[in-house]
Formats: sequence, structure tokens, C-alpha cells
Amino acid sequence: MTKVRVKRKPYFTLPSKYVLLLMTLLCIGVMLITFTTDWLTGPMETVGSYVVVPFQRGISKVGTWFTIRSDKMKDRNELSKQNEELQARIDELTIENNELQQDKYELNRLRELYELDKKYSSYEKIGARVIGKDPGNWFSVFMIDKGSEDGIAIDMNVMAGSGLVGRIIQVGPNWATVRSIIDDSSKVSAMALATSDRLIVSGNLELLNDGYIEFGQLMDEEDAVKEGEKIVTSNISDKYLPGILIGYVSEIHKDSNNLTSSGYLTPAVDFNHLQEVLVILDLK
Amino acid sequence: MARKIVVFLIILMSFLLQCTFFQWLALGGISPNLLLVVTSSFGFMRGRKEGLIVGFLCGLFIDIFYSDLLCFYAFLYMYIGYANGFFHKIFYREDIKLPMVWITVSDFLFSFVSYIFLFLLRKRLDFPYYFTHIMLPEVIYTVFVTLIFYRLILWINGKLEQKEKRRESKFV
Repeated sequence: MTKVRVKRKPYFTLPSKYVLLLMTLLCIGVMLITFTTDWLTGPMETVGSYVVVPFQRGISKVGTWFTIRSDKMKDRNELSKQNEELQARIDELTIENNELQQDKYELNRLRELYELDKKYSSYEKIGARVIGKDPGNWFSVFMIDKGSEDGIAIDMNVMAGSGLVGRIIQVGPNWATVRSIIDDSSKVSAMALATSDRLIVSGNLELLNDGYIEFGQLMDEEDAVKEGEKIVTSNISDKYLPGILIGYVSEIHKDSNNLTSSGYLTPAVDFNHLQEVLVILDLK
Repeated sequence: MARKIVVFLIILMSFLLQCTFFQWLALGGISPNLLLVVTSSFGFMRGRKEGLIVGFLCGLFIDIFYSDLLCFYAFLYMYIGYANGFFHKIFYREDIKLPMVWITVSDFLFSFVSYIFLFLLRKRLDFPYYFTHIMLPEVIYTVFVTLIFYRLILWINGKLEQKEKRRESKFV
């Protein structure tokens, strides 16, 4: 059926209202097909990967070049000030590191003891560059320059630095799109690191400019979760690997039902300046 | 044929710029809607049928990469292009005020319909917030970009039409 319609289109002989009618039917048909199955998206993604992705890579390379240039031109004073701060921070971190080293030996011993070999640090990861963003202003979806040829599949988790960025929602041969956790339609099952109380973290466009994401349904009867508490992905999530840092609680209040709490998180990742991300190749 | 290739390249370039370049130039997280400018311009410059096709292609690009539902944006842009085609009869090249009005109205309608289907249906009811923080900034930014971008499209279209006319007169 659809083949006949597509063939007619280029001849431009029909009056425009019939063209509109046919195209409307075609669109509705395709929407219904993609809503129920996914056999149409595959070929489209392949075509797209040859037409669009090479250009986007080029543009993003030029863009990175410019950012590096403008960074270099930063004021010297600022840099030396930053240097001092960083030096102080190094000292601080060295002390902290020493303590952590000691803890690590202990941890290794305990881990062997418990045979907990599957851990956050042992996940296989691959680095990818962000090459494009959702053209609209409603959602926070972005494109990376690695795809199924590099072993990426749908639902793989994406990190930047130490925090969770989102998960893969669409894959082409040499590209993939990531829905970030600040996206309005994203929901993550999470838990408080200290108390293991479960909660749901959801993105909200209204909080995006303030740099927050929302959380809710926190069952915390003893009010143990306080501001500053670390929130990580939960062990019962079916898409996200457990124990990845999402962010820190910055505001918390009891819901009107007096059972659950909700509030705001500050994400661990700076979503405004995302350039490189890590894709975890292990699927849950 | 030349027209088809050139128009396709314009759409491709606008999509690429909108996804990369204008995302860096985003003001307060808001970037302009170039594809909408292309769609409406071709609508009122060339009539309903071409507006419809250009709109469909513009939307299809977004659908392939960034939409859960194939053909959703294609459908939206297609109707925007078609509707703008009704103004073809009162379109004059020299006048930039009316095209600006049409593009503004189109962008508002586009954002509004997007809001209804993508947000309102998910119980995001705070319309005033979305209106002042997403729709209005987007329209203002888009109109600002239109001032330059529309002239470019107009110029390219003028060149194409000149070429087509020359070819026609050759045959006669």
C-alpha cells in the first residue's frame, strides 16, 4: 500500500489537498507502526547514519577546537588563582587518598571474603563524544558518536565523571541517542546510599534551569535521609546498574500523606557542559 | 532537479546547525527553531504543496534521531508548511513584515501543539510556566534568527526561480 503512495508523490500532479490527505494517512500509519513495532526504525537509522552523522562529527570537531581556543584565552590571573586553589585541593586530597588507600586494602580483603567481584569499578566502559542535541527545547536527549558497531545497545547506562547521565534509547550503526536523567520523561529507581531507602528520581523541565531534579516516593519512616545524602541507582531497577551516583539531596520534605517524602536532588554531573561520556557496556 | 537537491541541502544544513551550532548558542537553554523557519518560508514562497513536502522532510529528520514516534514531527511540520502555503497569494518578496508574522504565529502553534501532545498528556499542567519559560523565549529567538536566515532562504529561492525561468524560455 505505502509503496504506491510514495511513488506518486514526486510527480506533483495531484491537487495539494489530496497530497495532504495521503501524507496524513501515511504519517498516521507510520506512527501506528512505530508505536507497536520497531521494524521501520532500523532502515531509517541506517540511512540517517550515512547522511547526517559524518557532518555532525565534523561540526562538533570544529566546535571543540573553538572551545579549546577560548579556554586558552582565559585570563591569566584567573588561572593562577585557580592553580592556588587546586594546589590546596591536591594537599587535601592526598591526605584523603592515604586514608582511602588504607580502606581499600581492607575492602579488598572483605570483598574476597564475600566474593563480590561484580562491582561498579569492574564494569567495561567505552568513551564517546557528544555530537548533537535534541533540536527542540522540550527534552534533554543528545547524540553520541558511537553505535552498534562499537558494541552499544539500547538501555546501556551512560556516565560522565562519577555520576549517572542517562541511558541509551536509540542505536544506529555509528551513533546512539541518550536520554539524560534530567529529561522530563525520565524516571530512575534509586536509593539513599546510607540507609538503602528506595525512591524514584524523575526529571522535570520546570526545575531544569535551577539545576535540580525531582525525587519522590521515598519511604523513610525514621527521617534518616537528610540534605546532602548521596543518592545512587537502586538494586531493583531493571534498566540501571546498581550503585551509580545520581546526585545529592538538596531539599527534602514530607508528603501530605505523612508516609513518603519528596524533594530535589542536585545531579552529580554538569549537564550543561557535557562533552565526553562513558557508556557502560554491561547490561543489567 | 536542481531545486530538489538545493532544498534538500538547505533542510539538511538547518537540521545540523540546529542540533549542533545553535545548541552552543542556546540562551538559557533555549535554541531557535530553524527547521520551522525553513518550512514556513517554503510554504508561503512556493505554495501549499512544496510547503507540505519540505515540512515533512524537516520533521522526518527530527523523527529519525530524536523522537520516540516516527512521523510525529513530520506530521506537525507538514501541516505548518501546508497552512503557510495559503499565504502564497499575498506574498511579496520585498515585504519582510508579513513573513515575520506568519513565522511567529507558526512557531507559537508548533510549540503549543508540542506542549499538548508531549507534556499536557503526561499531566504537566503548569501551562503558564511552559509558556513563559519555553515557548515565548523560543519564539523570540526564532524571530531574531529569522531576520538573517529568512533573507538567505529568500535569496537562494530567487536564484533558483531565475534559473528555472531561463530554462523555460530556452524551450520556447
